[in-house]
Amino acid sequence: MKKLLLAVVLGALSTASFAQGKDLKVAIDPTYEPFTYKADGKPTGFDVDIASALCEQIKRKCVFIEQSWDSMIPGLMARKYEVIISSMSVTEDRLKQIDFTNKYYNTPSRVVTKKAFNYTGPASLKGKKIGVLKASTQEKYAMGELKTVGVDVVPYEAQDQVYLDIRAGRLDGTVADHVEVTGGFLSKPEGKDYELKGDDLYIPKYFGIGAGIGLRKGQDALKNELNTAIKTIRDNGTYKKINDKYFKFDVYGK
Amino acid sequence: MNAYVSAILQGAVLTVGVSVSALLVAIVLGLLGAGAKLSGRPVWVGLGTAYTTVIRGIPDLVLMLLIFYGGTIGLNNALEWMGSEATVDINPFTAGVLTLGFIYGAYMTETFRGAMLAIPKGQAEAAWAFGMGRTQTFVRITAPQMVRYALPGFTNNWLVLIKATALVSLIGLQEMTYAAKQASAATRSPFVFFLFTAGLFLVYTTVSLYALRRLNAHFSLGTKRGTL
Amino acid sequence: MNFAVLFEPQNIALFGTGIATTLTLLFASLAVGAVMALVFALLLTGPWALLRWLVGAYTYVIRGTPLLIQVYLIYYGLGQLEWIQARWDSVWPWTHFKEPFFCALLAFALNTAAYTAEMLAGAIRETSAGEIEAAQAYGMSRFQVMLRVVLPSALRRTLPAYSNEVVMMLHATSLASAVPSMVDVTAAASSIYSQYYLPFEAYLAAAAIYLVASFCLIGLFKVSERRLLAYLAPRAH
Repeated sequence: MKKLLLAVVLGALSTASFAQGKDLKVAIDPTYEPFTYKADGKPTGFDVDIASALCEQIKRKCVFIEQSWDSMIPGLMARKYEVIISSMSVTEDRLKQIDFTNKYYNTPSRVVTKKAFNYTGPASLKGKKIGVLKASTQEKYAMGELKTVGVDVVPYEAQDQVYLDIRAGRLDGTVADHVEVTGGFLSKPEGKDYELKGDDLYIPKYFGIGAGIGLRKGQDALKNELNTAIKTIRDNGTYKKINDKYFKFDVYGK
Repeated sequence: MNAYVSAILQGAVLTVGVSVSALLVAIVLGLLGAGAKLSGRPVWVGLGTAYTTVIRGIPDLVLMLLIFYGGTIGLNNALEWMGSEATVDINPFTAGVLTLGFIYGAYMTETFRGAMLAIPKGQAEAAWAFGMGRTQTFVRITAPQMVRYALPGFTNNWLVLIKATALVSLIGLQEMTYAAKQASAATRSPFVFFLFTAGLFLVYTTVSLYALRRLNAHFSLGTKRGTL
Repeated sequence: MNFAVLFEPQNIALFGTGIATTLTLLFASLAVGAVMALVFALLLTGPWALLRWLVGAYTYVIRGTPLLIQVYLIYYGLGQLEWIQARWDSVWPWTHFKEPFFCALLAFALNTAAYTAEMLAGAIRETSAGEIEAAQAYGMSRFQVMLRVVLPSALRRTLPAYSNEVVMMLHATSLASAVPSMVDVTAAASSIYSQYYLPFEAYLAAAAIYLVASFCLIGLFKVSERRLLAYLAPRAH
């Protein structure tokens, strides 16, 4: 009976696409310059280049699938793609739902506000509006540390929409990845009145141990393949080449 | 700037594709639904009424999110339960077409039902007296007349459908609105890009209105209109 | 299916906030939109050709573009304009454009005003010629004819179509979830979905809430139609 149902359903769904053997579907959120963004309509950035290098190592073709950040994990669990290579931090909460490879970079987060603002800690932001990316580690931090002391935390669908509203004057600042906010906001003309404040935030409870490649639980073969590939490109200089294309320092971190 | 404009134009092609495909699905579902509601058999009438009432009581966006996210997980769980290793990926285009078609099928059901009710019953009886079967009656007698009565409601539904395709951008289909949103956030100039996209939608609706008006004129040949 | 999660206190509070925001948005935009619609409808059927053309163009554009794009244009688009940015910290009307609620309200109000204006204008145009002539024969001025004869009749005849418009507006408020920091029913459901990965449960709950609200609104209109349009109902005996 089950087999019969299966045959009927598979026949009826012949228009849907089935998982291919050779292609590796990679989810990215291209609103996160310089890690994942679009130039001339094509996905590009550190994450994208690392993904392509890894695919070359494991001899599969990378197919990039755009996905909005807050549905990254649900999309993975719904089997829309095989892996997430989009600066997703490895945290305990996420490990409950999906699996991660070893990290491929680790950069801290920072608070960003106007240069003139006197930042002395989370409590000094009381009453101010801080924008964060929905479902990100920075949102968790903001909800846990900032909202509790009276800061108005506003979650957004994409990080570059946060910058749009900062530029418009609707937000007083943001909590974002140190490197991302430098490349995506502070280094542009609109970010000239803003700067990084406070210390680098390395709290593992919120931010995890670095960015890894997300995959569904139970895919140990793929996970080991990718881990070996990460180590290979670290050792043979490919990682350094990609790193230097975007950054002046080693993002692999500690 | 140029790459973004061409992304929006490519999205426009996708918008047209989604809306036309969804229209076809909606027409089929509308005819089936209207048939069910007019069949007189309680089971079908009940199903038809449930379909139109529920769909028209829930926002398009919520239904879309339900079918897109919930549907894929449900489908894959069902396949796992049946013992298959295959994973089905319903891409956003298919999800958008099926969802929009499903939603607007309900509105079309009401439009077609009203149109079918407007045709005098005597005609169907005469066709039966001539020995025409159900299909023949439908194709030769009912359908051509139904078109004229259904056109105003059909036009309305079609225009709403065009605008509803903007919602499909929220489940990730890279049509015009999605491309405009990405472009506007990346270049920090939302006004320009959204105005451009609004203009494209206006072109689309204007062309549709014109085409449907011509269609209405064609199907109204020979009918008399009372002068006031 | 894990429906129990939905009934935890913080999630019920979230849905409660969502329902409050949705209903506030709905009634506020309907109220503002209705007033604007009345003015627009009078201009659409008035004697001044330029105003007729202007309002006609306005309704054509609003009815020809998606509400989502209108919301984005008002929230993000207007926020980008230097002219508005320079004023919205201090000058009174423009200070409101900073708030997401106001932007969403404005978009919905403008939208419903356009549709309702066309409906009302159509009803005004279809007022029986005999009634208007009789009123003019009595010596009523144009203004008096409008106020005493045409409008009461037109407003009542718009009621069935307006009930559709109100339900459509309820559905449209779900687009408020596209504006950041607006927590309406759909945004509440999306938030629960991304927290617990339960799409079915979250969106089914949202759908149920909208269904109940739609039924209540339709019921309300049926009752008022029975009273206000009693004179148009088919003979009961």
